[in-house]
Amino acid sequence: MKAGKSHRTKPESVQVIKQRRDGVLKALVQGVPYIQFLGIQFDRRGDELTAILPFAEKLIGNPVLPALHGGATAAFLEVSAIIELSWAMLWDDVESGKIKIDALSDGKMPSLPRTIGFTVDYLRTGLPRDAYARAIVTRSGRRYASVHVEAWQDNRQRPIAQATGRFMMPIHKR
Amino acid sequence: MSDKLKVAQQFMSVLPHAHALGMEIISFSDGEVELAMNYDERFVGDPETGVVHGGAVSALMDSCCGAAAMSHPDNSGPTVTIDLRIDYMRSATPGQRIKAKAECYHVTRAVAFVRAQAFDHDESRPVATASGTFSVAIK
Repeated sequence: MKAGKSHRTKPESVQVIKQRRDGVLKALVQGVPYIQFLGIQFDRRGDELTAILPFAEKLIGNPVLPALHGGATAAFLEVSAIIELSWAMLWDDVESGKIKIDALSDGKMPSLPRTIGFTVDYLRTGLPRDAYARAIVTRSGRRYASVHVEAWQDNRQRPIAQATGRFMMPIHKR
Repeated sequence: MSDKLKVAQQFMSVLPHAHALGMEIISFSDGEVELAMNYDERFVGDPETGVVHGGAVSALMDSCCGAAAMSHPDNSGPTVTIDLRIDYMRSATPGQRIKAKAECYHVTRAVAFVRAQAFDHDESRPVATASGTFSVAIK
């Protein structure tokens, strides 16, 4: 049922909303071994996600500088982009109740987007400390999507890397 | 085993991220490098199929391309990635080792140009291709 102006339903309790949204995010992130291997976490404010890569010794590429490995930075950006896109894709169905959170946590995750390609620009040396990333879905169509993502460390205005990812959307039955 | 390959293998073994991903140098000479990474369940991106995450393939490609830039005879020092583009052709078959082959095909005073391909056991169909530029210091 669509909530029209004529019959406004009582707003849900904040706990119910939080549980549902955090549950979806957890289902997206926790089941992926590589995300756990890198130690990537997600912070959620409403529908805005920030990916966090807590510093770990194993992320170092050049021990002399020392600097984060370009591959670790690329992987962090790619994970951020694909989670943001999947999150945006699921949002409406989760909010409307079409997708039930219990089903997601039981491992019945709908098909997620697949990466076609990914281009990374390295802008500054990744220092041995935590990194953050935010992604924006710049285009999301029926078959393809494009996502832009930026990672930074101490200063949001001084990104360490940016990337654009091209993704194939799963075939959806509407 | 050539001395150059031995030095490169030693260098690789002290890079924490390359070590964490179990990267191994197969060959290293004059702008051409081969790197391999064993299948590991910790690197899986899709738990339902067991396919390795694209990010792990990216890390292998980045290392392989960087090493190819470093191995070029005109280059004297370490390299830093400027940009890297990766295209994924297909999923790597779960359980199979992934091998990347990179070629540094041009070097200027400041930039090395590199392209690479990654394969699983089927070497007739690439899993991914990459192209990138790296900053270098000319001798």
